[in-house]
Amino acid sequence: MKPDLHVLGPILALVALILVGAAMNSNFLSAANVTNVLSRSAFIGIIAVGMTFVITAGGLDLSVGSMAAFIAGLMILVMNGLLPTMGPGWPLVGVGVGAAIVAGLIAGFLNGFLVTTMRIEAFIVTLGTMGIYRSLVTWLADGGTLSLDFGMRTVIRPIYYDGILGISWPIIVFALVAVLGEIVMRRGAFGRHAAAVGSNDQVARYSSVDVNRVRMLTYVFLGLLVGIATIMYVPRLGSASSSTGVLWELEAIAAVIIGGTMLKGGFGRIWGTVIGVLILSLIDNILNLTDGVSPYLNGAIQGVIIILAVILQRERKAGG
Amino acid sequence: MKLTLSGIDRRFGDVQVLFDVDLVLNPGEVHALIGENGAGKSTTMKIMSGYLAPTAGQVLLDDAPVTFAGSQDAEARGVVLIHQEFNLAEQLTVEQNVFLGHELKRGPFLDKRAMRARTRELLDRLNCQVSLDARVRDISNPDKQMVEIAKALGREARVLVMDEPTAVLTEREAEVLFEQVDRLRAEGVALLFTSHKLDEVKRISDRVTVMRDGRVVAQAATAEMSEDDMATAMVGRDVSSLYPARTRPVGEEVVLSVRGLSVPGHAADVSFDLRRGEILGIAGLIGSGRTETMEGLVGLRTATGRIEMHGREVRFDRPRAALAAGVAYLTEDRKARGLLLAKGMRENLTLQSLSDFTAFLIDERAEDRALDRAIADFDIRAPHRKVEVGNLSGGNQQKLLLAKTMLADPEIVVIDEPTRGIDIGTKQQIYAFIHALVADGKSVIVISSEMQEVIGLADRILVMRQGRVAGELTGDEIGEDRIVRLAMGLDGMRGAAA
Repeated sequence: MKPDLHVLGPILALVALILVGAAMNSNFLSAANVTNVLSRSAFIGIIAVGMTFVITAGGLDLSVGSMAAFIAGLMILVMNGLLPTMGPGWPLVGVGVGAAIVAGLIAGFLNGFLVTTMRIEAFIVTLGTMGIYRSLVTWLADGGTLSLDFGMRTVIRPIYYDGILGISWPIIVFALVAVLGEIVMRRGAFGRHAAAVGSNDQVARYSSVDVNRVRMLTYVFLGLLVGIATIMYVPRLGSASSSTGVLWELEAIAAVIIGGTMLKGGFGRIWGTVIGVLILSLIDNILNLTDGVSPYLNGAIQGVIIILAVILQRERKAGG
Repeated sequence: MKLTLSGIDRRFGDVQVLFDVDLVLNPGEVHALIGENGAGKSTTMKIMSGYLAPTAGQVLLDDAPVTFAGSQDAEARGVVLIHQEFNLAEQLTVEQNVFLGHELKRGPFLDKRAMRARTRELLDRLNCQVSLDARVRDISNPDKQMVEIAKALGREARVLVMDEPTAVLTEREAEVLFEQVDRLRAEGVALLFTSHKLDEVKRISDRVTVMRDGRVVAQAATAEMSEDDMATAMVGRDVSSLYPARTRPVGEEVVLSVRGLSVPGHAADVSFDLRRGEILGIAGLIGSGRTETMEGLVGLRTATGRIEMHGREVRFDRPRAALAAGVAYLTEDRKARGLLLAKGMRENLTLQSLSDFTAFLIDERAEDRALDRAIADFDIRAPHRKVEVGNLSGGNQQKLLLAKTMLADPEIVVIDEPTRGIDIGTKQQIYAFIHALVADGKSVIVISSEMQEVIGLADRILVMRQGRVAGELTGDEIGEDRIVRLAMGLDGMRGAAA
């Protein structure tokens, strides 16, 4: 069997980027830069893992960026609100984390409910909720910025900046989520069912697969991961505003597609998504580290990569 | 125009699917191409019409060698293939479809008037009354077929190749098609069609070519071959005993008892019993609510009524519940509802019973073993294990679907149209499987639109008409005439419907 470009493509692209980066700037492979790139990838990465399941099952979620902003705002408000009674400390962080997770689950459930039970197109539902969350966070912040109490910021800071053995928490969480996701997608009944539903939901239904349940779970799972990503994100800046999480949904979807998951559903792979996320972050990082190309062209280069990835997917189809 | 295939070979990778095929289509002649699924008919047709190139051999038009650059090139030279699944844009009108991709223009604008006139003329030639402004999704199957033919004629088709044109048509609709085929023959068009219905072949064709395993095994004037000769040539063995004999009597125990089952809009007050080891046939016209009743039974549709298994009431609000109780339904539509065409055999085989293969993770080795067994037990013939199921022949897809359903080890199996669109050899195998099931103490409900099939298989037949049970036939009562009379509403209500 000749090497499959569809499998090798994303890996080769990533390797090429690393070589280019290393050649152009000696600091590129330094521990500090690698940690920086990976930590920043973690937010989109955690969300993109969930997005892979949603897309594989034939769905789409445009609301994740706004959802993250809204959950961040909510988490800050809850912690600020309880600060006078509970005082700054880990118990309060725990409440904030709990609030973020519950909010993520509810938001995911809501998207799932509208898509499955109410039978509305995922694109429409999540376009709607995207606007709703974006507007809600703007309203909560009264058009400005929601800032976490300064004392709490110091308490919560380690969630983003600390870690074990020099590896920061966001990277660890991203890695765990990715590994678990890969196992579930590849070897779990849920992953198989999601691919079946995305491939042909009628066949899945006639095969006694509970189609609505599978679809619902993909959205709830994604909501949960948005909650977790937000927990990693809030300690970094300690604030949320109407510009938090803007375009995250598109970055996450782009990472999924670059990784080889089919946008129309039926086939997905988590490791591909992880590579997709890394490719997108590395492009950004390399442009920032080098002088040759303006970082303002980041979006254009990412766009070209996304389109190339889809062309490569199609080539395989025609050849097979 | 005369089209000749001379010494055609075709390979896909290492697999050779056509061996030295010779075939001549003469103007004004209807040629029937028959053979089992996987015999190479489709590949032959695709080579004729430019969808595939031969690996060796020649295609000749009026005795001059040609190499088609593709199907469009073939169409431009007057050779058109009409696919079994219609190739029409459902949302567009009849007229728009006929000229799709070849629109007539006046300057930069569409010349609507000329296209309308031409479309009307083409459809009139086919004696087809359909409105030019009707959307294709709203017209009947035979009308769609006519639109396809009109489209072909609009491109000056002189050689028309039709892949199972009657598969989706009722007998009356097929009759209309045949009148048009006669007309085209009289106009000097060279026609080739495939069909699994030998009576049709006998009636409409002038010459027959029989293929088996990629080779032409018989070629003769239709008048010289009987239907039996054709079947024997297709299968390569005697098929006179299509339906196996019963090896074990029907049991006494009632395993399933249905009372007053209603599916809103489709079926009302259906009641019947099913015994252990019994094959219950359900006959009726298309649209009589047979499929919907059974889908209601297994929880694929909302239904009301009382269902008892072994005397205990059960409720199937979803297919999973029915399956857990041991009732499985095998759909009539294997492509759209039965199998994931873009996935491999393994994923398809275990989809319905995946929980049996999953502890924490899916046990892929156990899945592979199950596939080995299924391939052996059901005689599934695939080029290799990783093949996408959409690339299997219809008969092998149906066997895989059967294997998938049986993997869940149901006690009662509802099989909807067990042999639709598959060849006679595979049919015989599937009938043998069904008999093996009942010999094993399972019970089977067979829905079929093929009269011979229901009669040949069933111990007892329920005839449905307009969503109700019109009558029940057992033993000597079973006969084509009785079934037709009940299905058409000529005989009164009796039996279970009372």
